[in-house]
Amino acid sequence: MDAATPSQPATLHSSFRYKLISFIGPEHVRATSAVDAIVGVQPKVLVAPGNERELAEVLRLSNEAGLAVIPSGGGTKRCWGNPPSRADLVLSTARLNETTEHAWADLTVTVEAGCTIQKLQEALAEHGQRLALDPLWPEKATVGGVLSANDSGALRLRFGALRDLIIGVTLALPDGTLASSGGKVVKNVAGYDLPKLATGAFGTLGVITRAVFRLHPLPRHTRSFTVATSTGEETRRFVQAVQNSKLAHTALQGRFESGISPLVDVLFEGTEAGLSAQEAHLKILAETSAVTEASPEVWKARQGLWSFTKPESAALAKFSILPAEIEKSMETIAKSAGTRRLQWKAVVQATGIGWLRLQGDAKDLRVSLQELRELFERSAGSLIVFYRPAAMPAIDTWGGAGDAFPLMKAVKQQLDPRNTLNPGRFVGGI
Amino acid sequence: MDARILDELRAIVDGRGLISSPEELHTYECDGLTNLRVMPRAVLLPTSTGQVQAILRICHREKIPFVARGSGTGLSGGALPVENGVVISLARMNRILEVDFPNARAVVEPGVINLDVTARILHNEYFYAPDPSSQSICSIGGNVAENSGGAHCLKYGFTTTHVLGLDVVLPDGTLVHLGGKALDAPGYDLAGVFVGSEGTLGIATKIILRIVKRPECVRTLLAAFPSTNEAGAAVSGIIAAGMLPAAIEMMDNLAIQAAEAAVRANYPNCGALLLVELDGPLAEVETLMTHVNEICLSNGASEIRLAQSDAERALVWKGRKAAFAAMGRISPNYIVQDGVIPRTSLPQVMGEIVRLSQEAGLRVANVFHAGDGNLHPLVLYDRRIPGQEEAAEALSSNILELCIAAGGSITGEHGVGEDKKKMMSKMFAEPDLLTMQRVRNAFDPLQLSNPTKIFPTPRLCGEKPGKYTPHPLESSGLAERF
Repeated sequence: MDAATPSQPATLHSSFRYKLISFIGPEHVRATSAVDAIVGVQPKVLVAPGNERELAEVLRLSNEAGLAVIPSGGGTKRCWGNPPSRADLVLSTARLNETTEHAWADLTVTVEAGCTIQKLQEALAEHGQRLALDPLWPEKATVGGVLSANDSGALRLRFGALRDLIIGVTLALPDGTLASSGGKVVKNVAGYDLPKLATGAFGTLGVITRAVFRLHPLPRHTRSFTVATSTGEETRRFVQAVQNSKLAHTALQGRFESGISPLVDVLFEGTEAGLSAQEAHLKILAETSAVTEASPEVWKARQGLWSFTKPESAALAKFSILPAEIEKSMETIAKSAGTRRLQWKAVVQATGIGWLRLQGDAKDLRVSLQELRELFERSAGSLIVFYRPAAMPAIDTWGGAGDAFPLMKAVKQQLDPRNTLNPGRFVGGI
Repeated sequence: MDARILDELRAIVDGRGLISSPEELHTYECDGLTNLRVMPRAVLLPTSTGQVQAILRICHREKIPFVARGSGTGLSGGALPVENGVVISLARMNRILEVDFPNARAVVEPGVINLDVTARILHNEYFYAPDPSSQSICSIGGNVAENSGGAHCLKYGFTTTHVLGLDVVLPDGTLVHLGGKALDAPGYDLAGVFVGSEGTLGIATKIILRIVKRPECVRTLLAAFPSTNEAGAAVSGIIAAGMLPAAIEMMDNLAIQAAEAAVRANYPNCGALLLVELDGPLAEVETLMTHVNEICLSNGASEIRLAQSDAERALVWKGRKAAFAAMGRISPNYIVQDGVIPRTSLPQVMGEIVRLSQEAGLRVANVFHAGDGNLHPLVLYDRRIPGQEEAAEALSSNILELCIAAGGSITGEHGVGEDKKKMMSKMFAEPDLLTMQRVRNAFDPLQLSNPTKIFPTPRLCGEKPGKYTPHPLESSGLAERF
């Protein structure tokens, strides 16, 4: 696709920069610095339009000028993805940050892409509601960024992922089109489900300017428990027993670490009476394992993996496996890491989605991640590398997209034919 | 289509899988929307993914449009054949290929009947959640095409929530695997795009489903209200109290009368009936049901019943599920509409429906999935009275415009199909529709897969709009309009 794009100007033409400034004001166009680098690639200018029409127009102008555009929200995932093949302009949604309409009695919200998750949740909580999602870094991460990266946490087990929560989207396409699909009602089958296409597309098809979500009530009461299991087999048996029980748990995660016995966390939400009954049931399922009431902090374990003490020797990956193969996958990780004397720590949700931090020699990290990816892919799973230290030899972020890849390229070609958005950053060089 | 191509197609499906005689083709000239009929050139009944690929390669080579068909129960004409095209029925691909309890997955072929999935896994206390009321005859492939819902999707989600992966034969015969047994496969969520695309992007030949553990207990409450306004206020009260019931259904007086006449569900005769179902752990459900009871009483419920046994629960649901077919008891003819509104605009929209109904001099019975604002107004009329059918169609279409004006949708679960494509440009702007078409072009650049559906186009000469007559499945009591 890159072959079809026009040759790149070494710096942004001053006439183009002038056009931008006169269009959205000098205070919203600025030169970039090292902190704006996208996976090590330095863009030239950052533009923050004030509304979605302006944003679509900046995108259209950039597309016409043959410039590569990097959509950006809170910038929390700047290191995610492959290095872009080109990066000229960072298109920031920072000024599109309002909750446009909280139809609380209808349990829906319309929100602009640049609104942070925390700001959104605070607005929703005023009416006892929430977006039932626990993404990374909610105080900085934005609606648009979280959607584009499809970042979900432990609540996914009960409430589904973003694809199940989003009911409408507005996208700015590189040709300046502003296209909406879905709607403002939860139940709606009119037209194609483009909210799902935009979710997890990593900003390569269009820039999300607005989204509509279905909401859930804040829980009346919550209670978390941690079950200490002594062996992998005991973990497997317990997780399977909970999943196969009639408990209505909201979240279930395993915490695993080299040389330490696994811990399993369970979250219940509901009425006091319901919680007490479920606690009793849980203790029966735990058999001889110790059950202790836990702090809600245990649900931040996934984010905790990102608190590196030695960023120069750590790598971080998201993986997906079959839910019944959690314990087997942990053995696979322990073996792969152990052989190379790597330290490892993982948080795995009962959905089969997990996060792994590996620490050690940079070259060995690369070998281990590649090995794990091959093993997981062989049993229907995947492994995506979201952080690697500078010293680690390059590895493709995503792994294979299977036989649907030509179709994915065709979709990209239809919506972004000049390869303007995040070029090269996504799967297979999209 | 010349005889040479027919022979080629016949060879793929082993002779018995091709129907081309006019008398046999009649069965396939419409789906559940029986007033639109088009005779296909041939019907093919493949038995494998390989056969579907071979058929589509020929269609692609010869530029023959095709329409995939499941059980033909759709209510929007999604499976209406295309003039000079072929129909590909997936009815013979009806095997449940795999049930994987530890991972809560089932892998099925598209012709598998919805309820058969649950029947296969019930012994282990699992069920397949999407429950369109035609679930005893509709197919999973059709559910995928329409993104079918049902009364319990309020809590459990729609078909798209429960489809994790698909084998899809693209319109040029290529087989692709979208999604998979594990979540979040790298790349675009094309499985999410495919589900609900009404057969316009290709044909699914294998579907990976999520299955769900049955809840510990289920309780169903029936409350009688003076009118839909009070019942609607009770629904708002339940939602505001932070509850997410498994289902909340509402029927107005006319719908109650019809259901009573049809199945004697022993409903109270009242202005509006609310049916609230809660499920989950016993202690939780009992506590919340007390709240629901209080909320109904404080909103003017005159009578409240809690179904005490599975048999009582089944009877309560039977009346609700029979509501469409029951219209035949109180009116010679009727049109089933499917629209969605933000739930809070219910009183205003109901008021408008009453006004429109009075202006047109026609009765409208109302059945709602009240929890998610999905309305099914049934416009009653008598075809023998000149002008009444046209008036009924106009009224039905005006009700959809009310839904759009209220910020809702022209369809919550029946699909756009042939029936509502002219309404699409009222709900979406031109750039929205063009963007969807661009996505379609990526899958089907020649526009061979169900080419005339969803998107507004001038009416084709081959379509003969005719009078509504019950579908054979409906007459025989196998299907209900829901």
